[in-house]
Amino acid sequence: MNPAAYGEQARRAWAIARKDIRVYYLKGPVLIFGIFMPVFLFLAFFLGGRDLPLAFLLSGLVGMTLFFTATAVSPAIFPWEGQARTLERLAACPVTIEAIVLGDMIASVLFGIGVTAVTILIAVGLGLPLLHGIVLGVSIPIAACCFSAIGMLLAVPPTNVPSNIMMLSTLLKFPLVFISGIFLPLEQMPAWGLMLAACSPLTYFTDIVRYAFSGAHHFPVMVDIAALTLFALVFTAAAMRLHRRSMPRRI
Amino acid sequence: MPNVIEAARLTKTFGAVTAVDRVSFEVRRGEIFGFLGPNGAGKTTTTRMLTGVVPMDGGSVRIFGHDIRKEPVRAKQRFGVVPETSNAYVELTAWQNLMLMGDLYGIGRTHSERRSRDLLETLGLYGRRDQKVRGYSKGMKQRLILAMALLHEPELLFLDEPTSGLDVQSTQTILVLLRDLNTDGTTIFLTTHNMEEANRLCDRIGIIRAGKIVAIDAPERLKTAIDRLHRLEVSFDRPVSADVLAGLDGVAEADRTGDKWRIVTEDPDLVIRSLVAFSSDCGAAILTLNTLAPSLDEVFLRLTGEERP
Repeated sequence: MNPAAYGEQARRAWAIARKDIRVYYLKGPVLIFGIFMPVFLFLAFFLGGRDLPLAFLLSGLVGMTLFFTATAVSPAIFPWEGQARTLERLAACPVTIEAIVLGDMIASVLFGIGVTAVTILIAVGLGLPLLHGIVLGVSIPIAACCFSAIGMLLAVPPTNVPSNIMMLSTLLKFPLVFISGIFLPLEQMPAWGLMLAACSPLTYFTDIVRYAFSGAHHFPVMVDIAALTLFALVFTAAAMRLHRRSMPRRI
Repeated sequence: MPNVIEAARLTKTFGAVTAVDRVSFEVRRGEIFGFLGPNGAGKTTTTRMLTGVVPMDGGSVRIFGHDIRKEPVRAKQRFGVVPETSNAYVELTAWQNLMLMGDLYGIGRTHSERRSRDLLETLGLYGRRDQKVRGYSKGMKQRLILAMALLHEPELLFLDEPTSGLDVQSTQTILVLLRDLNTDGTTIFLTTHNMEEANRLCDRIGIIRAGKIVAIDAPERLKTAIDRLHRLEVSFDRPVSADVLAGLDGVAEADRTGDKWRIVTEDPDLVIRSLVAFSSDCGAAILTLNTLAPSLDEVFLRLTGEERP
């Protein structure tokens, strides 16, 4: 067995993911947050803008759900582990920093997909037809990887105080939601708004969800998927590289 | 005897402070190496660099020939680490923590389970294996992280103050296990403040002060090496003249203290031979004869500059 081989490191990343799910995700408050946060946001918006079609609102809700759940816990795992000194335990084990980041990302991706699946079931239950299920099924894991990598990037500052990271996370996440065509259709945005929207990966996922439920979309579907894939790859590579630098400063 | 750890000019700085300054030493296969030093001397930083937990700013570390910077995974696969503060996952049970370690070291599940059962039984934790670690006492947590470090049967074990703050029973359990492991061939790198522990366990000791190694040797050799002049205490069954004793070969000084004579010499072996010959020649039987070597505490205090006036 070569412990440094990619396959072996991937197996160890999976072990870290299972540990994360057990220790950080399968907690009542986390599950409640993951489900209720997007619902409350949706209700707030629904009550304030009743003239928008249900398909538009539910598409936004699905987009928000994946975005918020995939970035809900992952930014805080490194600070928590640094504080509890379990990060030192992981650092002394034969796992690369890339495998640790990958493990945290896998847990976050699974949590995001799980909660989003519930939201999609609710949308279908409310009578929304799922027109392009395969496109949605392909894009959800890619978007989950992308959002989870954003969560890992938010965890880069080498602080072991989770509240600092969560504050930074909130400051970055909410503006992203507002520029991503969730509350305001891309077609109604001014030119500068569209330019901002194009910089947000959430825009492309929301566009795909809208296409999956209503057939309408702003960008070509392949552009949406390619953009999400590119964002996911760049963010993942950046997260791994930056954590390699910052992790020793947490210990 | 091949070296298991080879540290060469190991350096670490934090801002303007040089925490570890060009430290070099080797640890041989099969030995227990004690790493001593006062608080803030650089022990933990050195250990963290050796184990690849923090990067070094200069120098090199080879573990079983693997460069810790270039082949960290291969090096880490062959050693286990027991830090001073327990770092098991408190939200998991002891059993789940051990299974996690098994997965992180690439051990098959059946082997992991068998080995975990054996270790938990040896360390007296098997009955509590399904309890979350949050409810464990300090001694139980310390025994658990020892089990976690031993799960993959490492050839080298790093321990940082493994018995600090533990009760006598936990301390004894850990020390007995360490001795058994060493007898079976495990090399042990032990960071400790406990001189008695170091004296009893270690084959060699390295002492670090202000980031620099000030001495490396076997405990007994360190004790005799710190003084050029050695002291002996002798008593006879009848009065003996000071002039006669002072005239014996090798004796530099002879002072009477109570019913004993305290002799200062550069060559304790020669003095003992002279005393035995003197006793035989003049018929004064030796009642007691002691060599007064400094304790390891004294060696430590002298070498680390912390000797009290």
